[in-house]
Amino acid sequence: MDLYAENILDHYRDPRHKGTGDGATVSKEEDNPSCGDRITAHLWIEDDVITKIEWEGAGCAISQAAMSIFTEELEGKTTTEVLKIKKEDVYELLGVPIGPRRFKCALLCLHTVKNALAPQSWLETVEIADK
Amino acid sequence: MLSINEIRRQFPILGSNEVIYLDSAASAQKPQAVLDAVHRFYTEDNANVHRGMHALAEKATVDYENARRAVATFIGAAKHEIVFTSGCTGSINLVAKTWGKANLKKGDTIALSVLEHHSNIVPWQQLAEEIGIILKWIDIDEDGTLLLDDFANVKLVCITGCSNVLGTTPDLKLIVEKAHAAGAKVLVDAAQLVVHERIDVANLDCDFLAFSGHKLYGPTGVGVLYGKRELLENMPAFMGGGMMIGHVTKEGFTTAEIPSKFEAGTPPIAQAIGLHAAIDWLSKYSWEDIQKHEQQLINTAIESLKSIKGLRILGLPQTGCVSFVIDGVHPHDLTEIVGRNGVSLRAGHHCAEPLHERLGVNASTRMSFGIYNTKEDIQKAVQEIKAAMQILKI
Repeated sequence: MDLYAENILDHYRDPRHKGTGDGATVSKEEDNPSCGDRITAHLWIEDDVITKIEWEGAGCAISQAAMSIFTEELEGKTTTEVLKIKKEDVYELLGVPIGPRRFKCALLCLHTVKNALAPQSWLETVEIADK
Repeated sequence: MLSINEIRRQFPILGSNEVIYLDSAASAQKPQAVLDAVHRFYTEDNANVHRGMHALAEKATVDYENARRAVATFIGAAKHEIVFTSGCTGSINLVAKTWGKANLKKGDTIALSVLEHHSNIVPWQQLAEEIGIILKWIDIDEDGTLLLDDFANVKLVCITGCSNVLGTTPDLKLIVEKAHAAGAKVLVDAAQLVVHERIDVANLDCDFLAFSGHKLYGPTGVGVLYGKRELLENMPAFMGGGMMIGHVTKEGFTTAEIPSKFEAGTPPIAQAIGLHAAIDWLSKYSWEDIQKHEQQLINTAIESLKSIKGLRILGLPQTGCVSFVIDGVHPHDLTEIVGRNGVSLRAGHHCAEPLHERLGVNASTRMSFGIYNTKEDIQKAVQEIKAAMQILKI
């Protein structure tokens, strides 16, 4: 299947949950220095449950579509559940083949949201199973 | 049981020349599998790593990172704890100039053994000149065994895994335990050891470990630094440039995560891929068989060399090499003459001048072994040494 599948292009052209996050419980910006993708996640959290999410960002189609798709999964989840999400779960959500040159684009969403909840390095967010 | 003939056939240089190569401690020969891997990279996959979205860049990146994974598995580390450097010297300098500068201050003591190679001495002397650390030397007895004291007030212990002159192997596990008990870190120079026995950094629990690719049947120009994750993460970057940065602005820079933080500039890509091939190649053979074979070589060497009148073996060789002196024969004359007949031995102080001073000799001759050597190599060398002594009329 092509990396630029219809669902990816659809979310890229028409991203869901975009917003500036006014009144959010926590906001966190992360980026992908090697290619310049940038995402800010805004989370509303009540009793350890994510009740609302907004985000801002700029970058390649993969990074931006991935965040858009990812945000659709987050509302109603506890922070513990979110911190347990693995890179394979994100790949499954995206449903397109993510190779070694694009994995950081595809996983910036996970890295950013996890960092909004608890500061951690890429090694923790995505590569820990890669030891 | 190793088939040495089958192994030798895989080394083009051993077939095409009348070479009796007994200098693997300086640099090992390369099997065809390594030559092929380097050639294949340049002819089919050449591109820079971590810098492009095109297919060649992806292939090069994957191959380079797979090499890192192979090295990690080979020594029992995690992948992100493996930094590719220019060589063992580059690795030790990296630690001295980053961890050393950030963690040591004037008056702090580091311990190092008199067995050390210059590459595990001079970086620390440079640091002593620069910030005033104190170097405490660990002495040896006549056999070359370390005379270990406790490591009270020592911040770092720098120790070879195998002497490149005496072929003695310090008890690393004991040294790490003693050092850690005193709160000191341990850096192991595994340049010689890595090719002769299995290293498991997780079990050994050393803090840093360094070695080169070219003594491990791999290419020159690539080395490895293993460091515990927490240490690497807290060390400042070494060289500045591409790849090691997070962001660069006109005001300054942030650093990349480990291990990229320590890999400024285009890394030795083909060499790392060649090293991967060398590790895969060596891993076809069991350590047990390799050690048994190399032990036989050492025993043969000791026995045959002892038949030479006036020859004295230095220390009690255990692994990798045997060094000796002959009354009235300078090693440079000896190795020059035997070299004319294809016997490659090394002469001099082997980048271990303090050790030679301790042993009370100016220079020695070293016979060192690789997996491809045979008893016949040693016997031929001994014959040629005797013939050279005739020429020198000793």
